[in-house]
Amino acid sequence: MSRVHLFTNARIIDPASGRDETGDVLVEGSKITGIGSSLTAPAKAKITDCKGHILAPGLIDTRVFIPEPGGEHRETIKSAGRAAAAGGVTTMVMMPDTDPVIDDTALVQFVRSTAKSKAAVRLKPLAALSKGMKGEQITEFGLLKKAGAVGFGDGQRTVASAQMMRRALAYAKDFGGLIVAATNDPSLGSGVMNAGGVATRLGLSGIPREAEILPLERDMRLVAMTGGSYHAGALSVGESVEIIRAAKAKGLDVTAAVPVANLSLSDNDVGAYRTYLRMMPPLRHEDDRQAMIEGVRDGTLDMICSNHEPQDVEAKRQPFDEAASGAVGLETLLAASLRLHFTDGIALPRVLECLTSAPAKRFGLKGGRIAEGAPADLVLFDPEAPWVCREEGLISRSRNTPFEGERFQGRVLKTLVGGRTVFAAGKG
Amino acid sequence: MAPFSHQNLNAIADLSPRDLIHLLDRSDAMVDVLRGDAAVERRFDGVTQINLFYENSTRTQSSFEIAAQRLGLDVVNMAVGTSSVKKGESLLDTAATLNAMRPDLLVMRHYAAGAAELLARKVSCSVINAGDGAHEHPTQGLLDALTIRRKKGVIEGLVVCICGDVAHSRVARSNILALNALGAQVRIVGPSTLLPGNAQSLGVTPYTRMEEALIGADVVMMLRLQRERMTSDLIPSPREFFQFYGLDEKRLKLAKPDAIVMHPGPMNRGVEIASTIADGVQSVIVEQVEMGVAVRMAVIEALLLAGNK
Repeated sequence: MSRVHLFTNARIIDPASGRDETGDVLVEGSKITGIGSSLTAPAKAKITDCKGHILAPGLIDTRVFIPEPGGEHRETIKSAGRAAAAGGVTTMVMMPDTDPVIDDTALVQFVRSTAKSKAAVRLKPLAALSKGMKGEQITEFGLLKKAGAVGFGDGQRTVASAQMMRRALAYAKDFGGLIVAATNDPSLGSGVMNAGGVATRLGLSGIPREAEILPLERDMRLVAMTGGSYHAGALSVGESVEIIRAAKAKGLDVTAAVPVANLSLSDNDVGAYRTYLRMMPPLRHEDDRQAMIEGVRDGTLDMICSNHEPQDVEAKRQPFDEAASGAVGLETLLAASLRLHFTDGIALPRVLECLTSAPAKRFGLKGGRIAEGAPADLVLFDPEAPWVCREEGLISRSRNTPFEGERFQGRVLKTLVGGRTVFAAGKG
Repeated sequence: MAPFSHQNLNAIADLSPRDLIHLLDRSDAMVDVLRGDAAVERRFDGVTQINLFYENSTRTQSSFEIAAQRLGLDVVNMAVGTSSVKKGESLLDTAATLNAMRPDLLVMRHYAAGAAELLARKVSCSVINAGDGAHEHPTQGLLDALTIRRKKGVIEGLVVCICGDVAHSRVARSNILALNALGAQVRIVGPSTLLPGNAQSLGVTPYTRMEEALIGADVVMMLRLQRERMTSDLIPSPREFFQFYGLDEKRLKLAKPDAIVMHPGPMNRGVEIASTIADGVQSVIVEQVEMGVAVRMAVIEALLLAGNK
């Protein structure tokens, strides 16, 4: 028997079509089958009165680190899936930084089948760009794509060799493959936080902005040279926005994402060595944060990602220098992104575009839109509902949130993946 | 209101000018005690201090030990190099273990910036930071301020020139903060590779030529150049460093005739400072060591009194 679910009285925001109106959405089985006003409920339909809350396409998070296989004590595909569902994320693009690295078809199949049987939401793996992410030999782009990889990148590692990046861009092009790049020069960017006044005062080694700018500028040259498709996975520096803007103006096939933490927090928040705020890319200066927000507003930056990177408590209960880098983010992605609307005045459909249709388009995914025939991946949220982020309230197996104690506005009420309710507020 | 109400001494950055002056005044009194001119005002018998040094430092550890003993404390030195720490015990586990032994004071030196702050959050006793990575070394900042104040009478308005590896120096940071708070004009000088990238945020004027930085200085403070930096991508060789940034007689003449020369020790003679200067009439390097004991006595007293409120 196929499920039928009617959502009534919803503020439907669908960035893909530009729709922003109050109405009803009908879900039958795994697909959306009707959008309109005063739709009649078929027999046996479950009816949800949305009470004017927002119904949007489920979020697509383009940067999720799940340490399965290899670090299941920190997070599993299953636990990440539950956290994602609670955060309104219906598709996770999983980074290849596992142990072993996702660099061959068997591993792509392993994480996909694990997700299929255990995860509440969809999982799309990114495959490593080089074998073992060592930056020496490219992986089997063609076979990996066939196995289900949605792109190629060496995860946290920046491809150090220009020749390697050039070849990867050129070869991926033949298979319609997207290169997803990290941009932190390993020698220049070996510090532990943003280089600046805060790092100087704390006596911590700094990561200068140039550590991001240099590889990004190099990569733009290589994209121009090869005609490849390139996605900057996680940018943090104000000047990077200019670089992406210039590249797009030249007609290069380039997109970029910014982690939501870099839109919400700055290096000042590191305060007295808060290790939960050690992450890559690092939290930058307030000027960078502002520039990134403008980049989202004007469309230069295409996507907002969680940069979800679970770390266990022990790895964070260390002096800052020695603490692990990374922060969880699946459950705070939506609320933290909504700050761009409430605080910075960016229109809601634009914010949601960065979280839904833009990543869907770039990664070739079917979701990310509310349209008849589209998969019923949906999130219903109350944009006004206030809440305070507390570590102990998180579902993720790791609790290393940079937003501990932060006040948010906007709460997920219900998450659907393929027509199935995978999260409902209050039903944990 | 108590004259000093902090539970820990983590950083000069946490102290107000009033706190600094209180500690310096008490340190002056402790100098009299050390020199036999006065008796100890308050003894703290039955109070236990643990010294926990993750980096070897015979001089600082001894200074803390002598200071504590002068005030009647019992001192235990944890040999980190041979303890369970070497077996991989984490800093916080060590902290929990030591805390269970109920000390009244923990003095810690650690190679990571922020380690003292982390420790202080996890133990119930007072913590004194005896140097954490490139962050701070607050008692060094205090002892240098005390030395300067005793030699010059006043700190406000003095031109202090800090020379050498400022970027990696906790001594420099604590000195800059203390001297700025007390009204000195602080200059820093060294090759650009050894200066912090944003001197303004520290409230100092950066120079890259000794000959310019030293003009009119009342105090010339040399920093130790760590051995591992002597040949690296920061500077090419000790001899080139001495040629351009070492303190010799010719350069010292550019400072005021009554300028004093300081060094936190241990010195690299012939690398950052010429022997003739280190042992010369303007040098106060040996007095700094004496002031170190007095300052640490004052800090221990202030923390124990604040804790016993």
